[in-house]
Amino acid sequence: MNAIQIVLLLVVAAITGIGSVLDEAQTHRPLIACTLVGIVLGEPTTGIILGGTLEMMALGWMNVGLAMAPDTAIASVISTILVIISGQGVGEGIAIAVALAAAGQALTIFVRTISVFFIHRADRYAKEGNIRGIEIMHVTAMSLQALRVVIPTMIVSMIGIEAVQAFLGSIPEVITKGLQVGGGIIVVVGYAMVINMMDLPHLKPFFYAGFLFAAFTDFNLVGFGALAVCMAFVFIHLKYSSQTVAVSRVSSSYADDDLDG
Amino acid sequence: MAERKLQKKDLFQMFLRSNFLLGSMNFERVQAMGYCYVMLPAIKRLYEPGAERNEAIQRHLEWFNTHPWCTAPIFGITAALEEEKAAGNGIDGNTISSMKIGLMGPIAGVGDPLIWGTMRPILAAMGASLALNGSILGPILFFVLINIMRIAIKYFGLTIGYEKGSDMISHMAGNTIQKLTETASIVGLFVMGSLVSRWTSINIPVVVTRIADADGVIQIQTVQNILDSIMPGILALILTLFVSWLLKKNVKVLTIMLAIFAIGIVGYALGILA
Repeated sequence: MNAIQIVLLLVVAAITGIGSVLDEAQTHRPLIACTLVGIVLGEPTTGIILGGTLEMMALGWMNVGLAMAPDTAIASVISTILVIISGQGVGEGIAIAVALAAAGQALTIFVRTISVFFIHRADRYAKEGNIRGIEIMHVTAMSLQALRVVIPTMIVSMIGIEAVQAFLGSIPEVITKGLQVGGGIIVVVGYAMVINMMDLPHLKPFFYAGFLFAAFTDFNLVGFGALAVCMAFVFIHLKYSSQTVAVSRVSSSYADDDLDG
Repeated sequence: MAERKLQKKDLFQMFLRSNFLLGSMNFERVQAMGYCYVMLPAIKRLYEPGAERNEAIQRHLEWFNTHPWCTAPIFGITAALEEEKAAGNGIDGNTISSMKIGLMGPIAGVGDPLIWGTMRPILAAMGASLALNGSILGPILFFVLINIMRIAIKYFGLTIGYEKGSDMISHMAGNTIQKLTETASIVGLFVMGSLVSRWTSINIPVVVTRIADADGVIQIQTVQNILDSIMPGILALILTLFVSWLLKKNVKVLTIMLAIFAIGIVGYALGILA
């Protein structure tokens, strides 16, 4: 890694760190974050593939209410750096990412607790009508979320390649291969979380239909998405148009009466 | 006193700032400071420096938490209410606060399952399935599509919320929400079903039979071959339903993930999984 790459990595780390708390542009999702790191380090393809793998695993990770999801920002950025500079496989990447996601979650909870201090300062500014002060408090709290990813990324970038390779090389093969096997299976947790989110019993057959279509056809996922939208429109039409149909029948029978009369 | 009205550019400022709503998310009052940060351009326009302005600022530093994108209409509605209050049309601070609190729950109830539960996983899964082959189109497709939807929700939610006020919510009530939820659920469930079958890799290479065929070539049949001949992906389906059941029983996600990794390592060591 040269100096420019390290600076760019820290910029990516800052963007994903802020992205992770904002949950707006989705730059913290593995699909985006890993790709950006891959581009910076000159190996976009590795980044994209690792990003796709981690994204599948993290599909159901979402912040709902006050519950924090495991942190994808740190997990994506650092695991991609490690995989690329040490030339390890995606299996190792998944293993590192899961550990980092848990660590990142602890860090973000820490920062969100510290932010309580800033809101108390903001209360004081509100009484004084100090608008600028409140804005500064908000942005400062946000910057801490950037540092939360920037600092660990900096530490990892400073460690020599040899150290990383030695560390990753010391993990026995049965563990890394086993984690890779686990990584192939673990995606079901994400699916299950998403399914539980929309648990309407009368719609469950659509889940099994999707499963059967995938098992016996060659559609790709874009095809499945489009097919699903078509079915949803038909379903909604059939379910909600019965009232209007009844009305039009009534009005047409009146029209008949008029003709008869 | 000159009549104070919000300008188009104030609303646009609010829209820009709403992209940073969750920046100061904290465990005491969650989105409170972010909410205030978004409201400040409107407050500055509507109130002269003084007690009334400070009260308005404090009003929007209260506890607030809902789906971050779907806050947009609430911003629009509260901006309209603040405008009424500033004009002296008999609206008091409590009305505004209780309107905010009242909208929070229903909006989160729609936003969380529709956006986090359906829209993002589906777009992400589509992007990821392309990315697994190393295609840059995967991340680009995901990023562009989800952000178009996000910006549309945030911009139109805010401006329509401001123009229509609380009428907007009564318009949305009735069948619309339910239709939207059902459409999203159907698409979500169908796509998840296909993911379970196609994008889960479980392989049990345990050999069941070795039979020499007519040409003397030895045909090996593993447990996986047998399962695949019954129904491809059947194990993934059973496992997904099992995990779904565990989650409903409040088993922690991290516990389930660790268990699966442990199964992966033990299974690989014993040669049961590959």
